Parts: sequence; C-alpha cells; structure tokens
Amino acid sequence: MPVAYPLPKDLSPATVANTASLLRIVALALISGAAIASRLFAVVNFESIIHEFDPWFNYRATKVLAEKGFYEFWNWFDPTAWYPLGRVVGGTIYPGLMATSGVIYSFLHAINLPVDIRNICVMLAPGFSALTAWATYMFTKELKDESAGLLAAAFMGIVPGYISRSVAGSYDNEAIAIFLLMFTFYAWIKALKQGSAFFGTVAAVFYFYMVAAWGGYAFITNMIPLHSLVLILMGRYTNRLYVAYSSWYAIGTLSSMQVPFVGFQPVSTSEHMGALGVFGLLQIIAFSQLIHSHLPSKQFKTVVLGSVISIGLLGTAAIVTLTVRGSIAPWTGRFYSMWDTGYAKKYIPIIASVSEHQPTAWPSFFMDLQFLIFLFPAGVVYCFKQLRDEHLFVIIYAVVASYFAGVMVRLMLTLTPIVCVTAAVALSELLDTYIDPQEPDASAEVADVAAPSDNASAATPSKKVKKAAAAASAAPSNPISDLVNANAPAKTKKASKSRGIFGLDTRIAVIFNTTMMLLFFVAHCTWVTSSAYSSPSVVLASTNPDGSQHIIDDFREAYYWLRQNTAEDAVVMSWWDYGYQIAGMADRPTLVDNNTWNNTHIATVGKAMSSSEEVAYPILRKHDVDYILIIFGGLIGYSGDDINKFLWMVRIAQGVWPDEIQEPNYFTPQGDYRIDDQASQAMKDSLMYKMSYYRFSDLFGGQQATDRVRNQAVPKVGPTLDYIEEAYTSENWIVRIYAVKKEDPLGRDLKSANAFAEGKKRKRTKPMTRRRAII
Amino acid sequence: MAPTKSASSSKAAPSSSAIHSLWQAYNDETPDRLKFVDAFLVFIMLSGALQFLYCILVTNFPFNAFLAGFSSTIGQFVLTASLRSQVNSENKDEFKEVSPERAFADFALGSIVLHFFVFNFLG
Repeated sequence: MPVAYPLPKDLSPATVANTASLLRIVALALISGAAIASRLFAVVNFESIIHEFDPWFNYRATKVLAEKGFYEFWNWFDPTAWYPLGRVVGGTIYPGLMATSGVIYSFLHAINLPVDIRNICVMLAPGFSALTAWATYMFTKELKDESAGLLAAAFMGIVPGYISRSVAGSYDNEAIAIFLLMFTFYAWIKALKQGSAFFGTVAAVFYFYMVAAWGGYAFITNMIPLHSLVLILMGRYTNRLYVAYSSWYAIGTLSSMQVPFVGFQPVSTSEHMGALGVFGLLQIIAFSQLIHSHLPSKQFKTVVLGSVISIGLLGTAAIVTLTVRGSIAPWTGRFYSMWDTGYAKKYIPIIASVSEHQPTAWPSFFMDLQFLIFLFPAGVVYCFKQLRDEHLFVIIYAVVASYFAGVMVRLMLTLTPIVCVTAAVALSELLDTYIDPQEPDASAEVADVAAPSDNASAATPSKKVKKAAAAASAAPSNPISDLVNANAPAKTKKASKSRGIFGLDTRIAVIFNTTMMLLFFVAHCTWVTSSAYSSPSVVLASTNPDGSQHIIDDFREAYYWLRQNTAEDAVVMSWWDYGYQIAGMADRPTLVDNNTWNNTHIATVGKAMSSSEEVAYPILRKHDVDYILIIFGGLIGYSGDDINKFLWMVRIAQGVWPDEIQEPNYFTPQGDYRIDDQASQAMKDSLMYKMSYYRFSDLFGGQQATDRVRNQAVPKVGPTLDYIEEAYTSENWIVRIYAVKKEDPLGRDLKSANAFAEGKKRKRTKPMTRRRAII
Repeated sequence: MAPTKSASSSKAAPSSSAIHSLWQAYNDETPDRLKFVDAFLVFIMLSGALQFLYCILVTNFPFNAFLAGFSSTIGQFVLTASLRSQVNSENKDEFKEVSPERAFADFALGSIVLHFFVFNFLG
C-alpha cells in the first residue's frame, strides 16, 4: 500500500488512542477559553454592566431571587411595572435563566466565593457559550466523528451569529437556551440511535429546562415530532423510535406544564398539537406492528391496517375539529406571523415594530457566519449521502431553521448551530480525504481502466487492495488514518481502493487553503465581535479626533437623576422600550415596559405621546403620571430616538382609537414625515414633538437649529409647554425628563393659567411691592 | 395487550375465528414475562380510561389534577411499552446497546422522573 508521507511505525494503538483523547481534551479546553475570551470585549472596553433592554428585567428578577429566596421570587408580584395594573412576575416569565444564576450564586457563596450577583449575570452567557461548544461537539460526534465534533465546537465557540446574543453583559434567555437546545437535540439523537429510555428521559429533562428558559422551546416541540414523522413516512419506523419518542414526549410534556407561564398550553394550543399527533401515530403503528407479528393471515392484516389508518384519520379529524371549534387555541400572532409574513405588520404593529422581527438581508448571513454559510449546503449534501436517522434530523433542522432565519433576523440564532455542525462535517470530510496518507493503488486503477469489461482481472487486484487496506488500517503502523477513520464505516476503506489522492502536492494545496480559510474565519469572527456586537447600548461610545474614546453616558445620568431626585413612588411614563431600564436603573414605577402583554395600555401611552397637550393631560393625570421621559437624539445624532419611533406610537394608538389618532395627520400634505417648518399641525401639536424640541432652538444662539438625525432645520420659535415642565435634560440632550404639573389651584385649565401669568405679570408686580411698602 | 381486544373487536365482522387465532398466537408465542408486562399495561389502560371517563362525564375542574393523573397513566403506559419492546427477544438486533437489565434500569429511572413531575403537578 503506497503512502503519501511516512508514518511512525512503533506506536501501539493504546498510545494513539490516549494521545488522541488528550488532544481532544486540550482542544476542547482551548475552545472553551476562546469562546469565553472572545465575548469579553464589552467588559474590557467598557465595564461589567448589563446591556440592552430585556436583560435589565432579568437582572432585576435575579436580584429578587438572590436576595429574597426562591419562593419569594416564584410568587413575586411586581406592583411597580405596568403601573396601575402591576405584573405577576412569577407567572409571566421563563424562570430558567434566573434560577440558573441563582443556583450559581448560592453555590459560589457556599464555597466562600462571595461574587456579586451582577457579575454572575454578566458572565453567565460566556460561561454557557463554552458549554454550548461542548454540546455541539457531542452532537456532531453522533453525526460523524470526534474530529468533526471538534471543528463544530470550534466554530460554535466563536461564530458571530451566536456571539451576537451571548456577549458578556447580555443577560438574556438565549444565553443558556442555545446550550439547552443543542444538548436536548444531542440527547434525542442518542436516544433514537440506541433506543434507550434513559436518553429519552435526559432529553425530556433538558427539554423541561429549555421550556423553563426560553420561549423558543416551541422549536424543539416541533422539530422532534417532525423528525419522527419523516422517519415514519420514509418507512424507517423502528422500536427504537417508539422508545425514544414516547419517553421524551410523555415526560417532557408533563414537565413542560410545570412552568407557570406555559401552563396548560401543551394540551391546548396548536403549536403543540404536532407533537401530540405524532405521539398518537406512533402508538397506533407500534400496536399494529405487534398484531402483525402474531397474525398469519394476510387478509386480516389488511383489515388491521385499514382500521389503523381509519383510527389515525379519526384522530387527525378530532384535532382539526377541536381547533376549528376553538377548544384548541389557534396559533398565536407571534408564531403565525412567521408563516404569513405580512400578518404582523397589518394586524399587530407591536410585533412588527421590533427591529429584530424584520426579514434577514443576505449580507448579514455572511457577516454572522462567514465561510460557514458556503460550507453549510455541502454539509447537508453529505448528510443526504449518509442518510442515517440522525442525518435526517440535521437535514430537517437545516431546512426549517434556514426558512425561519430568512423570515426573522433574530432567528439567525437557531440557524447558527446547525450551520456550524454541517460546515464542520463537510470540512472534516474534506480534511479526512486529503490528510489520509493512503494513496490509491495505481495498478488497480490501471487495471480498472484497462479492462473494465473483464471482471475477473479487475476483481483480483481490487480484492487484493481491499485486503491490503484492511490490513493497513488494522495494523499499528498506520495510526493517523486510524485516528481519522476511527468511527468511519468500512465503506471508506472500500472507497480508498479506487478513489483517493495521489501525491503530496495536491494534499498540501488543499490543506493549506483550508487552513487559511479557517484562519480568516477566526480573524473575521474576532473583528465582527469586537466592532459590531460588543457595544453596550447603555453607554454610547464615540471616537474623538485624536483617536481616544469619548463615552456618552446620558442614559445612566438621567436614570440616576430620577433615582435620586424624585419621590420613590413617582410614576414615570416613557415609551415601552425603556420600561425595563427605568425599572432597573432608576427604580421607579413605569406605565409600560418591554413585556408587551397589554396592547391597550401601550396604546394609551402612544395616544398620550401623539396627541396635543390638552388631550394628553387628562390621560396623564388619570394614570398618576409624575414624570415623562423621552429620548431625543437630535443634538448628537443618536438615531434610535423617540421621534424616529414616533410613527409606531401613532400606529399602535391608531389601532385602538382609530377616530382620534390618524397616521396621515402626522405627515405633510406631500406625504413626508418632517419636523421642520413644514411639519403638519398634528405633528407640531403632539406632546412628543413639543417635548423633543422644547428649548432646542435656543441652544444654537440665534443660528439656524438643525436636527442632526433628521437633517432638517428646526423652526426658530420652539414649542411652548403649558401642562408639563422641563425637569431634567441630560448633558447631550439624549434623555429629557418632564414633570407633569398639578391642576391649577384656582380651577382654571393650565393653558389659560399660564397665559394669565405671562400676560399680567408686569402689572401685578407694582401693586404687590406697594402694598408691602405700606405694611 | 389490551388494545388488541378493543381495536380488533370493532373490526370483528370478518371472522371471529381470526380473533381467536390472534389470541391463540399471542398465548402461544409470548413469553410469560411479557404477558406479565401486558397485564400491567391492561391495568394502566383501564385506570386511564376510567379517569378520562370521569373527566368527560363528571367534571374536569381541577384540570391540573386530571392532567397529572391521566398523563401519569399515559407516561407509565408508554414507558412500560418501551420496556416491553426493549426486552422482547424478537427485537434483540434493534436494541444492540440496551440489555434487558439496562432497559429495566432505564424504565425505573424514567418512571421516577415521571412520577416526580406528576406529584409536583397534582397541586
């Protein structure tokens, strides 16, 4: 057997195996280190704080858990959120994330490492990303072999598509959910391969953890049944499938109902009916198989088959009727909008208003996955060629996740693991082929080519080759190919006789290219992570002309002003984006927050923001609003401000009060959205406009005032406020806080009271002083 | 196995001798251990049917209690049925990595986990 390069001959198989496993451990440790380290840009560059909006709530809830214990947290009623209504937190969150950090917190304190709960929250996502890399390794190992698993783990550790949701400080549900997703899938594959109820139970328990952690558990709930259904339809039903699926479904469903937020949904909503249907189908099939095995008569078999099919149809019909009659709830809007992509925009503006719910553009696939996105189809093709049960799972996952990632930017996150897995499989197949030192037997090749018709002459050398190949791979003289082909079936051996690579030059060319691609991938990931995904939204960073960093910290400045200079029960009204941050940093009650469960309440805030002062004032007073907080980026060009979100406020308010708020009123007659002199009257009268541009033109000292986000000139004469007054404006004017005035003591409306005060001021002063002089 | 009876009796019209032969074949071919498992399956099934009837005819008021009880029967049924197919000597080549003893341990573990959740859900 010719070899392309010499191999050490005096190694025992045990040495090779031990070295390989040592290398694997070292590689996994390094991957974990890289995964954690690459997520620390934000902590190193800025500070160890919670980013974004949602994590602030998770952090607040975790603080309650850490300070007051689990039962208090479980029954926590938060009277400060959704001010007049309050929020039953225990029943409206997925508690898995908080419980995880709570457990880590107690553990660290038990071993006398008193770590602050904030630091645990900040570092949770990097820590779990290392676990995700490990789970990806285990998953890929089941598909191909350990070397592919290591590649997949390395990809998963640093791929920006996953880093974007799991940098240090991003304390969101996805931080632990992707690990749970991969581990549940791993346990499922394992259960299916072995037909073991143990792994089915493990899958169910991790499914339970996943349900407790993330609303995306519905993905698992539908992926596993879909996989099983495809297996059944392809005629691959085995008793192993029955054991794996039944044990997963029976335990998993019951356990998922323990989470209060999920409740009875697994038996009463359409999202979960697929799993139930496949469960029923499997019972029927298993039962009919049992009868088959006992029945000799053929006619009777067909009768049984007919009855089984009719039972299946009856069951399907029952589910359909129940859905139509309303006993089973139809799909929720969030889920439905993924099928009918125009649905959210038309009927639920609050879903469409979130930027993460937009379709994905092509560049972001490349940005998040770099060359993995090109290897992804190749990996899927590899799965088609092997097509064992677990490869089918990967194919289905790839198709489904690609669709969802195309519909919604945020679901890129569920696509990322499978892209890493398939790309690793494809790449490791390539490397297997090109590193394998065995060269195809030239004589066999020649014989095959020379005498394709002569079977006898072709068979003899190929048989010889096969024997030689088997001997070579069994012998200790060939450790690397042993290592590479550790789990590969005998097929590769057979393939190596006629197919293979000659010489060193081709090998070096391909391997060099692959290595360079991998290096570029690392460079790309690091660059994307450091430049795009590691900026806390709480502090805004800009660069000074000399290259030093200038930090704009208006948000915390204003939130801490609120925290320290207002009454503890002062109600703050803001758009819902800032609800969690106000509750977390300013510690004041808010009207609405990021948990958008009550659309009408949000529309009320939208109406108050988008109507004139006279209309808004009674709304504010009825809701006990003391302060109004808005974000205004016109001075320094911060584009995510409330004027840019204003149209969504109008739209959401219009959905509830169509005859009071109309979107077209806020446009110019030409249909432009303007804030300058040509702005429509409704726009100029709206509370949001007045609050944003109040005293703005004074800032420019008589020069033309320009809004740097809209690039429009602001009218010279700024708006005046009668019912509210400016309470605080941060350094760069990003956050502006207004206090709502109390009713006039004399019972006048505040507008005429203001006019009276301004108009009569001079006349009043003289008699006042005169009278005082007399006394 | 009890579903044998219920499902086939509905289709009994072609020949009652077929059912008889099925019963005969089952009796002859099934080892005693599996028959014992089947007896347990029948018991679980009767218990589940009874609970379901109660839910339909009387009330489903503590719905979590009904779900806990009913899914304990369903879960136990499928776990036992899994055990049955794992220890069935006919399926030996399908379950290469699961010996009968391992299957029983898996069954025990699965049942314990299941009943932990059942107790927790009873309320």
